[in-house]
This record gives sequence, C-alpha cells and structure tokens, in this order.
Amino acid sequence: MVVKLTPQIILTRVLGYVVLLIVAGMMIVPFMWMVTTSLKAPGTEFSYPPQILPTQFNLENYQTLFNNLPFFQYFVNTVIVTAFTVAGQLIICSLAAYGFARLNFMGRDTIFVLYLTTMMIPFQITLIPLYLIVTQLGWVNTYQGLIVPGISSAFGIFLLRQSFLNIPRDYQDAARIDGANEFTIFARIFLPLNGPTLATLGVFAFMGTWTDLIWPLLIARSQEMRTLELGLAYFNARPNAFLQPNWPLLMAGSVVVMLPVLIVYIIAQRYFIQGIALSGVKG
Amino acid sequence: MTSVTAARVFSAPGLWRRFWSRSNERIGYLFILPSLIHIITFMFIPLIFSFFLSFRDWTRPAFTDAPYIGLKNYEFLMGDRRFWQAMGNSVYYTALSVPLGMAFSLVIALVMNQKLRGVYFFRTLFFMPVVSSWVAVSIIWLTLLDPSVGIVNYVLGWFGISPINWLGDPRSAMPSIVLIAIWKSAGFNMVIWLAGLQAIPHELYEAAAIDGANRWQSFRFLTLPLLAPTSFFLAVTGVIGALQVFTPVYVLTRGGPLDSTNTAVYHIYRRAFQEFDFGYASAQSWVLFAVILVATLIQLYYVRRRSREEIQY
Repeated sequence: MVVKLTPQIILTRVLGYVVLLIVAGMMIVPFMWMVTTSLKAPGTEFSYPPQILPTQFNLENYQTLFNNLPFFQYFVNTVIVTAFTVAGQLIICSLAAYGFARLNFMGRDTIFVLYLTTMMIPFQITLIPLYLIVTQLGWVNTYQGLIVPGISSAFGIFLLRQSFLNIPRDYQDAARIDGANEFTIFARIFLPLNGPTLATLGVFAFMGTWTDLIWPLLIARSQEMRTLELGLAYFNARPNAFLQPNWPLLMAGSVVVMLPVLIVYIIAQRYFIQGIALSGVKG
Repeated sequence: MTSVTAARVFSAPGLWRRFWSRSNERIGYLFILPSLIHIITFMFIPLIFSFFLSFRDWTRPAFTDAPYIGLKNYEFLMGDRRFWQAMGNSVYYTALSVPLGMAFSLVIALVMNQKLRGVYFFRTLFFMPVVSSWVAVSIIWLTLLDPSVGIVNYVLGWFGISPINWLGDPRSAMPSIVLIAIWKSAGFNMVIWLAGLQAIPHELYEAAAIDGANRWQSFRFLTLPLLAPTSFFLAVTGVIGALQVFTPVYVLTRGGPLDSTNTAVYHIYRRAFQEFDFGYASAQSWVLFAVILVATLIQLYYVRRRSREEIQY
C-alpha cells in the first residue's frame, strides 16, 4: 500500500523520530558512560563537561579486576550456577509440561492448578524458610545451594505446556501406533517441535539466574562462592562514607557483569521478546 | 457406589495398588515427579513452614528453642510504626512507578506502532536496560545522579535548574529510585503494549476515520478501550512486583536517607537476615502478602465493575 505523503503524515513521522531519538539517548547514554568511565585511569573519571565518548583507552581496570580481584572466580561461579539452572529448568519443566499437556492421570488438573497458584505467591514469603531449609541441608556456600532451588519453575512448566498443547494429537497417536513409548514421543517429537519455546525458557532462566542478587546474597556467604552480581554488589558497598569509590574499576566490573547478558540478548532477542509478548497477551 | 466397594477403594493399600497398577497414572506421575519433588520441597513446605513460623518467637539459633506465642507477632506488628512506614514507602513507590511507567512506555509503544523505519533497532536499544543487571545499572546511576559531578545535574544546568541531591535527600530519594526503575522497565512494558496494539484490527481505524473521527478521538475511544486487557495485565503485574521492590533499594540507598526508601521487603530482609528475628519477619511477610492480595482484588473488582457498566451502554 502506498501512503500519500501529506504534510500531516510527514509531521507525525518527524515527531515520531524525535521522540524515539530522545528516548534512545536516555537509554544509551548510561551505557556509553559506563564503557567510557571503565576505560579511564582511576581519579580522572569526572571532568567538566562530562565525557560520553571515550578519550582514553586504559585497560588497566579490567586487568586489576581479573588479576588483583577475584572476578575470574566470580565469573566461573556464575557460569556454573547459570548453566546448571538453565539445564535443570529445560529438563524438569519440559518433562512436567508433557505430563500436564498430553498424559491423562488421576489428579492431573488439580495438581496443575496448585502449580499455577504458586506463581502468585510473593518470593519474600518463602525466602526465610527456604534459607532455613538450605541451611539445614548444609548447602550454604555450595553450588547445590545456589542451583537446586532454581532448577524448576511453575512459570516454565506453564509456558511449555501452552506450547505442547498446540502440537496436533495425531502425531502422538501415530507414534503410539508405531509402538513408541511416551518417553520416545516426548524426546523425539515434542522437544524438536517446540524448539523456540524451549529457547524462550532457556533465555529467561539464563537472564534471571545471571542477574539474581537476593538468593546468592543469602547463600554465598564466603568470598569464593560469590557470583558476579553479588561480587559487584559487595564491591560497591563502601566501608565508610568518606572513602571515595573507585568508579572506573566499578564500571569495568559492571561491563563484565553485563556483557554476557547483552550478547545472549542480542543473539536470542526474538525468543526473549516473543516470550514476554506471549505471557503478556495471554495473561 | 456401595459401601463395600467404597471401603475397598479408600483403604490405603488397596487404593495405592489400584492407582499404581494403571499404567496411565504411573507414566503421568513419572513425568511430573522431578518437578513435584521440587515444588513440594522448595515451595509447599516453605509456605507451610513460613505460616507456622509467624506464630513463633524465633530469634535463637535452634528451632527447638522457638516457643509458640500465638498471635503476639501480629499484635506487635499492628503497633510497629517502622513496619508501617516501610509499607507506606512501598505503596508510595508503587503509586509513582506503576502509572508513570505505564504511561511512558505507552507513548513509546504508540510511536513504535507507526511503522517507522528502524523500529527493530530502537526496540533492541530500549530493551538493553531490561536485561541488564540491577547492580550494574545502580552503579551507573549512582554516578549519573551524583549531585556535584553527575551528568543529570549537568544537563539540568542547561535549563537553569540548580543541582539536586537526588539520592541523598529524603524527599527526592524515592522519586529517584522510581525514575531509574521506569528507565529500566520501559522496554519490557513497551513490548507488551506493542503486542496489545498490534492485536487491534486495522479496519476499525479505517471505519473510525470514515465516520470523521480525528486522531485523538480514535485513540481515546478506540485504542484505549481496546487496550484495556493489556493495561489490566500491566497494572496488576506491575503492582504485585512494585510492592515487593528490593534490589534497587539494596544497591542504591540501603533504605536511607532517614529510612525514606526503606521498603517493606527491604525491612523484612533486615529483620530476618541482619537481626535474625525469623518469626517476626515471617509475620511481616504474610501481612505484606495480604496487602498485595487486597491490592489485586481491588483491581479485579474495579475492572469487573467497569466492564459491567460498558455493557449497559
């Protein structure tokens, strides 16, 4: 369809771009400021007028982060915790989703409703007992303490169940006639056909775990167990108000925490936005 | 069903044998078993445990030393001014951040919906804060909002606005957190608004234009009412999330200055994990849950009444 360019249409478009550019500036300037500051020598970060684009390329802060501070350890911890959590969510949630979507068994719908109800319960209610249970299990300062409480989620089961329900029942029946058992149908038909939804859940779990603060804050008590997010938070907490924080070093830490998430986001953008739009529209 | 068969069905071993001998049940439960164990251990048991804890005085290391004190925690809570101040702060944060955040992201979504070139680029950009970590974002904003050398005050200086002590002044600390939260979540809300906008059939706008509606009228009487489900979703989930705000408070202000940003969850966190008053903190978290529930029910009631009125037109 060809739209005739009346002055009014041109005006709205120009106005639209002006709004988008202003908002884009508001969104991008903080990130540019972060990168620019992380490349400055400590003590030279503030200038008048403030600089948004880098003038120095000083990688010293990044070296300090990995050589003099345990950021490499934090990075390894975060990768381990995130990898196991994502894998656990994909396996456990998809198994359960298949059960709820495609198998008939006594109490199925009641149990599913119970699962859904838990999505409405605020995390702060279960936080204290969860911490006490993990302490009782002796899991404070361990990887399993950081990982196991997050390896399944009602949200993930709900998301995958919705997607499994869209697979025609004929596929399942045909496979059964051919003698396939339920696990084969699940692994050979349902998983491959629901790749995009699995990717959505994977990206969600990745983002949530990588940037989680409160759970590592309670469980990773010792320095060696900290995740990147927690390590940065501790690093940001000043011992006293008179000590000037080392902003360039903090910014370099922020870049290290953020970069993997931004890379995954840009690669898997489609799945991420689909997932959000989906959960929003279907409510 | 006769009483004889009923007795057989409900006798435990008989029931179990019948249940397990059916292959449907066995396969079904095998598939959901890992998640069932997980949800029982890490959701149902903690939930019951938390409720139980809220009636106990547990400030000591061993749980055996936690006497049952009935409703004492809840009674004390009624008169606890610091707790209600924290609750008030959470409500203040919610009342500011949810409507402003929704309005700001709706404006962006409306512009993005104009089919301009490069919207994908802008969407990617607007979404960057959403996926970023709260700690990193807070560190950036701590410097941007610095009263003497921050960029925000520098830019305001162009318009002759004198420097504001954003996070250091009890009056502006909470609005500052709200601004950062709106900045961070705008992309998320925008995607949901866009999905809602794109679900509106284009023919409706053409029909409205033929009937002589101008752009404002078709927005006011077509777009807004048809976006009602989306706004309802954003309002309900937004309020639930905002009443539980924790991370930005923890990293930006630690509840200060002068408790002006001490929100309910941050207050509970301190009570539980710094003062180790687990029983009382559990009681507080159940009261917060009740507040969240009431806020959600009010919104549900409001929406239902509205839709009934619309039918009467």
